[in-house]
Amino acid sequence: MEHYISLFVKAVFVENMALAFFLGMCTFIAISKKVETAIGLGVAVVVVQAITVPANNLIYAYLLKPGALSWAGLPEVDLSFLGLLSYIGVIAAIVQILEMLLDKYVPALYNALGVFLPLITVNCAIMGGTLFMVERDYNLSESVVYGVGSGFSWALAIALLAGIREKLKYSDVPEGLQGLGITFITIGLMSLGFMSFSGVQL
Amino acid sequence: MSQPTIKEVLFNPVFANNPIGLQILGICSALAVTSNLKTALVMSIALTLVTGFSNLFISMIRSQIPSSIRMIVQMVIIASLVIVVDQVLKAYAYSLSKQLSVFVGLIITNCIVMGRAEAFAMQNPPLLSFFDGIGNGLGYSAMLIVLGVIRELFGAGKLFGYTIIPVINDGGWYLPNGLLLLPPSAFFLIGLIIWALRSWKKEQVEKPSFTMAPQVSNKEAF
Repeated sequence: MEHYISLFVKAVFVENMALAFFLGMCTFIAISKKVETAIGLGVAVVVVQAITVPANNLIYAYLLKPGALSWAGLPEVDLSFLGLLSYIGVIAAIVQILEMLLDKYVPALYNALGVFLPLITVNCAIMGGTLFMVERDYNLSESVVYGVGSGFSWALAIALLAGIREKLKYSDVPEGLQGLGITFITIGLMSLGFMSFSGVQL
Repeated sequence: MSQPTIKEVLFNPVFANNPIGLQILGICSALAVTSNLKTALVMSIALTLVTGFSNLFISMIRSQIPSSIRMIVQMVIIASLVIVVDQVLKAYAYSLSKQLSVFVGLIITNCIVMGRAEAFAMQNPPLLSFFDGIGNGLGYSAMLIVLGVIRELFGAGKLFGYTIIPVINDGGWYLPNGLLLLPPSAFFLIGLIIWALRSWKKEQVEKPSFTMAPQVSNKEAF
């Protein structure tokens, strides 16, 4: 249990998806103008991440890893080069299915997330989570924890940034720095703050 | 809309319409791989090639793709190209591909590639789309290389791993700025570059969503 808690804390604070690895930056900057929408997108990312990382973990472990096909009588087959293609396929499919399910059974949530769901397919944070999971060789239960944790870390970061930007728009920023420029510098400062967690030993 | 020329699509994205500076596309990898020039250079070459060729292929089959599944088709083409790049890197530059770790794979979800495929290649003939892809790749590369040079030169006193400015630890005179090697510095640098770019090209400045009310005159204030 302790192992999983430390994995979760590490994924949220020390290895924050947005502020330590810069994943999902495009949407991070584009959708962080309002706290409300930022939180909506954050929740969507947590949900998708919590499903896709374990799903890709299963695919990697039982289909793609060198020797993974031994249950089918093909112990020498190594399909790991197909990894990227199958992960992105799984992500796109899961996002699509989730969209349909939500539309049918939880229309309130579907309307709230609406536009953001399709956007998530091309969010690097989702793909990055899967690739880190493969690179670090997590097993199934670790990948569930890592998926939730990394999704939460991204959601936390975007909600914080949206809060800052909502206040920031009332401030008098130099002309050329307005909009994108000052946003980058804000993220830089936030990332500097989050770096203080990197000393935490777990 | 008149057909843009090859020269236009090739050079416009470098300064006038830089994918990172103006279109906010593909920032993820721009930050993570620029702490030294070598990885930045490899990453830019990989991305330029992938963008160019994915635009070329998507544009070739653009009239055959049913619009309801075009995302999936584009994704498959891009993913296959990235797999090729990844395998080539693993075969010929293994240590480098370890350094780039997941970021080669993340070219798939790099918004520049998808964005150009969707916005340009779906409407334009193959050759033009190819050059548009290369042009946007160059715009991205320009930003990456500038960042890579600044970060490696002033952060470690080196370029491509060769010493340019001798640092104090090795008996030289330069005290390296360690912050530049850390992730946040990339944000500051991009912010400053955007500032410089927009002071030069005024039309890129964003309208502020709120402006300060003009100062009330002294008489009214009392």
